[in-house]
Amino acid sequence: MIEIKNLSKTYKTADGAVEALKNVDISIPDGDIFGIIGMSGAGKSTLVRCINMLERPTEGTVVIDGTDMVQLDGKALREARRKITMIFQGFNLLMQRTVLKNVCFPMELAGIRGREAVKRATELLEVVGLADKANVYPAQLSGGQQQRVAIARALATSPEVLLCDEATSALDPTTTRSILDLLSEINGKLGITIIVITHQMSVVESVCRHVAILENGTVVEQGEVGEVFSNPKTEAARKLVFPEGDTDPVIARDSEEVFIRVVFNGAKATATPLIAQLAIDKGIAANISYASTRSIGDGSYGSMLLGITGGPENVQTAIDYLQQMPGVIAREVPVNV
Amino acid sequence: MFENAFTSEAWETAVKVFLSEFPLAIWETVYVTVLSTFFAILIGLPLGVLLVAGDKNGVLPLPSWILKTLGVIINLLRSVPFLILMVLVFPITRTIVGTVVGTPATIVPLVIAAFPFIARLTESSLRDVDPNIIEAAQSMGASPLQIITKVMIPESIPSLLSNATIAITTVLGYSAMSGIIGGGGLGKIALNYGYYRYKYLIMIFAVILLILLVQLFQTCGTKLAIRSDKRLKNKLE
Ligand SMILES: Nc1ncnc2c1ncn2[C@@H]1O[C@H](COP(=O)(O)OP(=O)(O)OP(=O)(O)O)[C@@H](O)[C@H]1O
Ligand SMILES: [Mg+2]
Repeated sequence: MIEIKNLSKTYKTADGAVEALKNVDISIPDGDIFGIIGMSGAGKSTLVRCINMLERPTEGTVVIDGTDMVQLDGKALREARRKITMIFQGFNLLMQRTVLKNVCFPMELAGIRGREAVKRATELLEVVGLADKANVYPAQLSGGQQQRVAIARALATSPEVLLCDEATSALDPTTTRSILDLLSEINGKLGITIIVITHQMSVVESVCRHVAILENGTVVEQGEVGEVFSNPKTEAARKLVFPEGDTDPVIARDSEEVFIRVVFNGAKATATPLIAQLAIDKGIAANISYASTRSIGDGSYGSMLLGITGGPENVQTAIDYLQQMPGVIAREVPVNV
Repeated sequence: MFENAFTSEAWETAVKVFLSEFPLAIWETVYVTVLSTFFAILIGLPLGVLLVAGDKNGVLPLPSWILKTLGVIINLLRSVPFLILMVLVFPITRTIVGTVVGTPATIVPLVIAAFPFIARLTESSLRDVDPNIIEAAQSMGASPLQIITKVMIPESIPSLLSNATIAITTVLGYSAMSGIIGGGGLGKIALNYGYYRYKYLIMIFAVILLILLVQLFQTCGTKLAIRSDKRLKNKLE
C-alpha cells in the first residue's frame, strides 16, 4: 500500500517559486497498476520522483508499507530504494557495460556479486526476452530492447514497487504495446505494484486498473480507469478523453437523445459490430456521435459516445447489454456536464 | 642564419651526434613525459572528481569554500608560465628530489604544471556523463562513492582517455623546455646544439623526433579511446 498524503513540492527558481505539486493525496493498493496521467508540465515526473525521494517534497508524507519515505536518509533511503525501482523515458542504461552487466549493476550496488548475480541477471533477461543479447552493449539495441534491459535491471533487486516515468513515450505503438504487455505480465506474475506515468490516454486504458489525473500539480480525479474515463467530471479529464475536441458534443444537443459513453478497456468486441449487435438483439438503434477506438493486440481500447432515443428503458437496456461484454464499461452521460 | 647549416661537414656531425646522443635523449624524454603525466594524473584525477562530485548539484556536495579555494589554486597554477614555474618550485623540487638540476628534478615542475590542467580535463570529461544515468543509479540505491567509481568514471573512460592523450602530448612539449634547467632529453639537445652552438641541423633532428613522438602518443591515445568506447555502433572489433 502506498499512501501519498498532502504532498506538495515547490521549486525555488531564479524567477520565483514554482508550485509543481499542491496537496496531492493518492492511495495505491498493493499489486495495482496505477496510472498517473496529465499534460506536459502537470507535475507527473515531480510526483514519481517524490515517491523514491529523488526529489524531496516540500510538505507531506509518502508512506510505503508503513514506512514514511520522507523520514529516510542516507543508508536507510538507499536500502529502501532497492525495493522501489524505476524505469525512465530515456532508458538510462550504462552505455559502457554489456546488457548482462547492466542487469547485474543494482545487485553489485547491493553487494551481490559473482555467479549468483550472473545467474539472476540471466534469468531476468529470459523474462524480458533478451537472453541472446546478454553480451552486447546497449548502443547495439533498439529502443524497445533497451527498455526491456532497463526493466530487467529494475527487477534485479526484487522490488515491491516499479515506477515508470513515461517509459514508453520514446517508442513506436507496436513496441509500446509489447512493453506494456511485459509490464502487465510482470505485475501478474510477481505481484509488483506498478506506477505508470504517462501523457497518453491509450497507455492508461490498456494496462492500468486505477488512474489519477493530474493538472497543474493537483489531482483532479482519481479512481478506477473505467469509472473515470466513462464519466469524466472535470475539464482536464474530458480533454484527455476527447483529445480532438475541446468541448463535449453533448453540450450542444437538446433533443430527447440520451447519451451513454462506452469505454473499451481491452474488450474482445469491436465498436461497430457491437452497435449492430445491439440493434439486432435489442432493437435499439444507437447513433454514434463520437468514437475513438483502436484495436491493439486482440482487444479494443478507447471510448465512444452513443446517442439513444426511446426513453429511459431503452437507455437502461442498452447499458446492461453493453456492460455484459467483458472489458466494456457503459455509463449514462449526465446532461448538465 | 642557416647558411652553414647544411654543409656536408654539418651533416657528418649531425649524424654522429644523432647516433651517440639521441637514443638516450629519446629515452629520457619518454620516461620523463610518461612518469610526469602519471603522477599528474594521480593528483589531477581525484581533484577533477572532487570538482564535479563536490559541486552543489553533484553527488557529494562539499562546502562551497573548499571548491572555490580549489578552483583558485588550479587557475593560479595554470596561469604561471612553465618557464617561471620551473624556477618557482625549486624549493619543492629540492625537498623531494634533493637537487634542482638533472632529469629526475624536472619531473617535479612538470607534475605541478600538469596536474591542474589534468584536473580541468577530468572535470570536463565527468561533466559530460548523462545526468539521467547518474539519477538512475541513485534510484537504485547507489551511494555517492559508488556513483563516482561505478558510473561517472567508467562511463567517461573514452573521454578520459582522449584527455589523457592531450595531457601527455602537452607534457611532452613542456618537458622539452626543461632542458633549460638541466633536464635531459631531446629538448636539451635542441637547446645545446641549436641555441648555444649554432648546429641547426641537430636542432632540426631533435624537433622532428619530438614531432614524431607527439604523433605516436596521439595516434595510440586516439585509437585506445575509440576502442574503449562501447557507444559506437558499427565499429570493427
Ligand atoms: N528542477 C526543477 N526546478 C524548477 N522547476 C522545475 C524543476 N523540475 C520541474 N519543474 C517545474 O515543475 C513543473 C512540473 O514539472 P514535471 O517535470 O513534473 O512535469 P511533467 O508532468 O513530468 O511534464 P512532462 O510530461 O513534460 O514530462 C513544471 O512547471 C516544471 O517547469
Ligand atoms: Mg515528465
